[in-house]
Amino acid sequence: MTMDDLIRADRVHGSLYTDPAIFAVELERIWYRTWVYVGHTSEIPEPDDYVLKSIGPQAVIMTRDRQGDIHLLLNRCSHRANLVCDVEHGNASAFRCPYHGWTFGNTGRLLGRPFNSGYDRSVAKENLGLARVPRVASIHGFVFGSLAVEGPSLAEHLGAAAETFDRLAQLSPEGEIELTTGWVKHKVEANWKMVLENETDGYHPQFVHASIFSVTDSGIGDLYDEKSATIARDLGGGHTELDLRPEFRRLDRPMGWCGTTEDRVPGYVSHLRARHGERAASILIDGSPHVMVFPNLFIAEIELLVIQPVSVNETVQHVTALQFKGAPDLNERMLRQTVGSVGPAGLLLADDSEMYARNQRGVQARAPEWLFLGRGLHRERRDADGHTIGDATDEVPQRAIWRHYRALMERS
Amino acid sequence: MTSRGEIEQFVYREARLADEHQYDAWEALWTDDAIYWVPAGSDDPDRHMSIIYDNRSRIAVRVMQLKTGKRHAQRPPSSVRRVVSNVELLADDGDDLVVGANFVAVESRDRGTVIWAGRYEYRLRRQAGALRMVRKTVTLVDRDRPLPNLAFLI
Repeated sequence: MTMDDLIRADRVHGSLYTDPAIFAVELERIWYRTWVYVGHTSEIPEPDDYVLKSIGPQAVIMTRDRQGDIHLLLNRCSHRANLVCDVEHGNASAFRCPYHGWTFGNTGRLLGRPFNSGYDRSVAKENLGLARVPRVASIHGFVFGSLAVEGPSLAEHLGAAAETFDRLAQLSPEGEIELTTGWVKHKVEANWKMVLENETDGYHPQFVHASIFSVTDSGIGDLYDEKSATIARDLGGGHTELDLRPEFRRLDRPMGWCGTTEDRVPGYVSHLRARHGERAASILIDGSPHVMVFPNLFIAEIELLVIQPVSVNETVQHVTALQFKGAPDLNERMLRQTVGSVGPAGLLLADDSEMYARNQRGVQARAPEWLFLGRGLHRERRDADGHTIGDATDEVPQRAIWRHYRALMERS
Repeated sequence: MTSRGEIEQFVYREARLADEHQYDAWEALWTDDAIYWVPAGSDDPDRHMSIIYDNRSRIAVRVMQLKTGKRHAQRPPSSVRRVVSNVELLADDGDDLVVGANFVAVESRDRGTVIWAGRYEYRLRRQAGALRMVRKTVTLVDRDRPLPNLAFLI
């Protein structure tokens, strides 16, 4: 598929958000090919635990077998295609299809078919397991799956974005991230790329979130002010970042990234100092990343958002609070702040979602056909690592997303 | 002893003030130690995600945000009407009353019409002669499914 008529250096065509035929190609070339974030190992801590997840519209069961290995299985009986699992999470060594009683192990292997004499020996059980996501890999417990048998490794896919997970892990007093607070599912009537592009958009907060900034002293708005030292960065591979560290260092406020101060989370701060020694001071100032891992994992300082495309004009955002092992006082705070900010009633995210839905309605208008993404193009520059960067409010991340999107869509 | 009539009057009034976006009057119904809770999938708000879990100060922030007129998710405010029914006094320990009810709310916005339904549970306390809400829990029938924006006062 050629994108010449749809994607230019500083603009994209509106049909990319509305055309069902393009959505169908996106599923095949992006969602069912590249590495997609699925779940975290802390969601299935014990042997035989499982949880229902997704890769785009595909339902996936993430299981941990008795040996502790993680499997991603498609939720479809190999017999007559019934859903084999309809419970959100649980503990089971096997899944029994309710239709004709076929039973599968949590590795996907077919264990049994009732009234087996109805099958002759040519129908080998070995070939009738649940379909498996062929490639599964993880980093710091974040499990990714690729429905392509071959392709770049997860490390190659993540590239410079891999360091994001190291930054997260070093904020944990025990070096481990836990996603144990469950998920809120927030539905929005918009194309998934409206959501994707907004996660590292530093231009919108002053406008979309003016209502909450004006009644609280959160300070979040100032991070994306025109005068902010925050950097918008293209990490390569469609991964993008709003790097708040320069602004946090200028403000010199430990724990500012979490909207608090050291004296309010003394247990956390002392544990982190014990782990990192002198380095703890800078870790506490630099804080947590604001990184969008293409195509669906948004690490937003204290919370995670997972983008799930459902159809060309419907997307579900799955949201949970980040939790650090060994940090109960900070974890409680991160949960409270996340619940306040995100989801259908969130003081921040409900307004973002209103924008997505309005965008989707607006882009139905016939003219001017294109969306302009040229902000900051004239002042793009390179950082020491060779990444393209811009000011906090520049559209460097959006251009980076579309460049990678185009490469994936044009690959045969 | 609080009469059934007084309890129903309170519940219906709270619903009407929320429907009509009478934010100040609605906020005045809460006690200082209030909790406004809309659970998601789990029943443990201290350990798991909720859709809303507001203490009294966050209720105030939510109302202040709505009153700016720039809360985009309520600009313009949703047109809402709800029916509260099956009002039942569940407990009365002399200080607090626990009242249960079912509700159906129809919300109309540009994006379409959404039907919200579920269970209300109120903890009410008499203060300076009038009933006040110490706690309101809103358990939606579809709380563990993907939900659209819920930015009006439910």
